[in-house]
Amino acid sequence: MAGVVESKIWIVVEHREGRPVDVSLELMGKAIDLVKQIGWKVAAVLIGNGLDTLSTQVLSYGVHEVLIADEPMLVNYCNQAHAKILENAVKKFQPEAVLMGATALGTDLAARLAARLRVGLSAHCIDLELTEKGDLLGIIPWLGGNYLCRITCPHTRPQMATVIPGVFGMPKTSGIQGRTIPLEACIEQKDFTYQILEIKRIKGPKSDLEKAEVVVAGGWGIGGEDGWSMVENLADLVNGAVGATRPAVDESWAKEHQMIGTSGITVRPKLYIGIALSGHPHHLVGVKEPELTVGINIDPNAPIFENCDIGLVGDYREILQAMIKSIQAQYRGKNK
Amino acid sequence: MGIIVCIKPVPDPKYWNRLRFDANTNTLVREGIPSIINPLDKNALEEALRLRERLGSEVIVLSLAPHDAIPVLKEALAMGADRAVLVSDKTFAGSDTLATSYLLSAAIKRVGAYEIILCGDQTSDSGTAQVSAQIAEFLDIPNLMHVSAIELKDGVQCRVKAHIEHGYMLVEIRPPMVLSVTNQLNEPRYTTLMNILDAEQKSIEVWSSKDMDLAEPWVGLAGSPTQMGDFVVPTKKRKAEMLQGTPEQQAAALTDRLHRLGFY
Repeated sequence: MAGVVESKIWIVVEHREGRPVDVSLELMGKAIDLVKQIGWKVAAVLIGNGLDTLSTQVLSYGVHEVLIADEPMLVNYCNQAHAKILENAVKKFQPEAVLMGATALGTDLAARLAARLRVGLSAHCIDLELTEKGDLLGIIPWLGGNYLCRITCPHTRPQMATVIPGVFGMPKTSGIQGRTIPLEACIEQKDFTYQILEIKRIKGPKSDLEKAEVVVAGGWGIGGEDGWSMVENLADLVNGAVGATRPAVDESWAKEHQMIGTSGITVRPKLYIGIALSGHPHHLVGVKEPELTVGINIDPNAPIFENCDIGLVGDYREILQAMIKSIQAQYRGKNK
Repeated sequence: MGIIVCIKPVPDPKYWNRLRFDANTNTLVREGIPSIINPLDKNALEEALRLRERLGSEVIVLSLAPHDAIPVLKEALAMGADRAVLVSDKTFAGSDTLATSYLLSAAIKRVGAYEIILCGDQTSDSGTAQVSAQIAEFLDIPNLMHVSAIELKDGVQCRVKAHIEHGYMLVEIRPPMVLSVTNQLNEPRYTTLMNILDAEQKSIEVWSSKDMDLAEPWVGLAGSPTQMGDFVVPTKKRKAEMLQGTPEQQAAALTDRLHRLGFY
């Protein structure tokens, strides 16, 4: 028997290889925090096949309910099939908010679901707020400036948002108090409009960049591949990993997986060096609490200087060249 | 068989420092800042042109933008697109992602015989990276994002490489479909003077609200469920110590410090 769902905020849990992805857990922790003052409950939504272990695991993070669509056909993923299940569940139980991680699949599924329901979706949020009235505010970095913007969806329900991975900490597990509620799967083979033949892992669970203690990042001001190799050189010398802003990736100097920030990854280095990048929130939200931040930019008014500990103003080529020389000299000194 | 490429004019990153935010109108002031084709949309267009060589199909570029987007569409024509459509109407102003996707899907329906719709994976401005998935939803056809390879099997079945965190998926999918692409897909071609002259011969169709079947008030600011709320200036968390002197002196001071702190 399907029970009545009490939870007002739903987290759609993404899982891979039988484990929930971190951002789904982060969202549960955040949502449980958010609802405290207004007395709402939080549910996790699981869609797939053979979800028993996963649902126990998810419950241990303190959600009130786990809504489960568990069905053999769902051993395969397809956004349209998942969107259909979610649409039905949302229409039936009418949650106030539905949240997902802004992952590759989460972004896609959330967008389809929002269009299906014709509701607003705040994308790639870096923070969430909940008012006493139950309005969900998604905080997003806003283009080209030092602004953050609060996005609201005042007239449509549920309010939807995707949140970038890593902005909320991992919650702790607690005792299991919640319950599971089955969802109607209501899908047919024709809802699987594509077929995943293979999923390939090309990196470990976390890339070197995500684990790096030193991150050297370059931006649009690098200006070309020659300049980019200087960035790589410097990173090499300080045992760092190379990160990039979106414009640098757009220019193909850096690879997509090196992109830090709103639509990229989150890094947690001890030392972060930002070179020829403006330091807009789009990028810097992906740099979590480094012990030391260094900014290098030719423009003394670049926003990066408002967010770093040590600032260097000048042509990055000259600065990097001198740094590379002096580090090499220090190494030679050591080897003597 | 038509291939539709959605392109968006975005402010040229060279001039990003000139963008201003007008707190009175809650809008971004882009005046005087030239627009370029969103970089990833060029990859989408390049792929469309390559697919055309195999399929003999027509490549139509489609943009929802004000009239000053004409030069950007001309550039797309110069790259080799066969047709360009600008969807533009005063009533479309203020459209959010959902309204934008709805309008583009309405325009695509008007184009009619489409098989493949290509978009850049995201835009370099405020991009929500949702438009491709939402267009697909409005058209009720499948979609994939983060696509870095498209292999046409027999013209009916496609094999697509779609990136996800720490890896990728190989997916079989059939047109009609929407694919949004990354810059790993291809290297966009340069336009030559000849191409630019050729493009001058092609006209750009402009469609307003009257030219499309827009059944319901889902467009413009009023049809947009998301609203920009207040803006906040993020709190300044760090007080920078600005190093002094020539680039060499600054560099020496920095490497010294980093070395003493044990970073290398």
